Amino acid sequence: MKHLIDIKDLSVEEIDELIKVAKDIINHKKEYSHKCDDKTLATLFFEPSTRTRLSFEAAMLELGGRTLGFSEAASSSASKGESVSDTIRVVGCYSDIIAMRHPKEGAPLVASMKSTVPIINAGDGGHNHPTQTLTDLLTIDREKGRLDNLTIGLCGDLKFGRTVHSLITAMSRYKNIKLVLISPKELEIPEYVKKDIIEKNNMQYVETTDIEEYMGELDILYMTRVQKERFFNEEDYVRLKDYYILNREKLEKAKKDLSILHPLPRVNEISTDVDDDPRACYFKQALNGKYIRMALILKLLEIK
Amino acid sequence: MNIDSIKNGYVIDHIEAGKGMEIYELLNLNELDCQVAIITNAKSKKTGVKDIIKIDRNIDLDFDKLGFIDPGVTVNVVKDDKIIEKKKLSLPEKIVNVAKCKNPRCITSVERELDQIFILTDKEKNVYRCKYCEMSLK
Repeated sequence: MKHLIDIKDLSVEEIDELIKVAKDIINHKKEYSHKCDDKTLATLFFEPSTRTRLSFEAAMLELGGRTLGFSEAASSSASKGESVSDTIRVVGCYSDIIAMRHPKEGAPLVASMKSTVPIINAGDGGHNHPTQTLTDLLTIDREKGRLDNLTIGLCGDLKFGRTVHSLITAMSRYKNIKLVLISPKELEIPEYVKKDIIEKNNMQYVETTDIEEYMGELDILYMTRVQKERFFNEEDYVRLKDYYILNREKLEKAKKDLSILHPLPRVNEISTDVDDDPRACYFKQALNGKYIRMALILKLLEIK
Repeated sequence: MNIDSIKNGYVIDHIEAGKGMEIYELLNLNELDCQVAIITNAKSKKTGVKDIIKIDRNIDLDFDKLGFIDPGVTVNVVKDDKIIEKKKLSLPEKIVNVAKCKNPRCITSVERELDQIFILTDKEKNVYRCKYCEMSLK
């Protein structure tokens, strides 16, 4: 039995296969509509995330399966003090596969150590969010037709932004990836990501606080939200939340075929006047999220 | 100063000066009812001073824990008054319940019954990371 806790759990070949299946689903939706007829997905969200939860549920429903679960810890037995391991063992009795989000880092790994059914990490604190990374990879592949030879700008909260860390980890396995790391000093990429992933894999990178400095060189611009829930201090959040606001003016120097990605939800970091720009891919990205999750559910349930 | 030689047990030698008590406590040597000697600031040809611990019993010594605290130590195994083995220690690949993760966002901060597990991720820089949240130990 296989779980997906960290994007590193998947080989490059497995990621390629997932992308291939997701594209096949996009082109042959009906052929997949009964693949999970007798299967149940449990969505255990100990931390609210409507978007990710609905994406998982939509994915399972479109495969013909059923869903059950909870959307916040308050409506689960965790509020009574039950451990993650116990919750997982019980829910494993009622479902065939579990997607789990938890505010504490490492909780899905703990779950996978005790679970009798496959566990998908749907986000654990500021740590990992592998299905978002798969979504990002499918989007880049569909927009650019490749996952190598790309200059990728990552902008916003690079310190707590788990989507950024996971994306860098995934891209480190492809050839000739250049990173432009754009963040305020307080939200710079952590040293361990820089040393253990970027430098260890000889990835080229530059760091800047100016979103426009390297705009003309980017193939991908990955914007992120400064997340309130990652701060212990409200003052720090208020000071940093609107540090970057991408608008049409800032895109003047950008390439015509730039792809703008964002894991969503956005707050102010992308102005709505960018939404109609053909380079804005973030809503297409949300749709891709459903397809790659469908492919992942099939893989983990070993359904061809 | 004379310390009796031991008949059966261990001599933990070449401990970095000052770490003898730390090792004594982490290995729970205070719980033994046999003779245990801690010698601090003993003369050393290599390092000038060192600590030494002598344990007069063949206990189940946790070499991983010992190697994590001080990978430079040598453990002499003594049987019938003779040293039968000299063990050179190194950093263990994994340590369990030796150190605690300090990340307040880590699952171990709320689920206390979980083993505190750290994995050696960088042998050159002696970096251990929490198995659950991957936060560096230092």
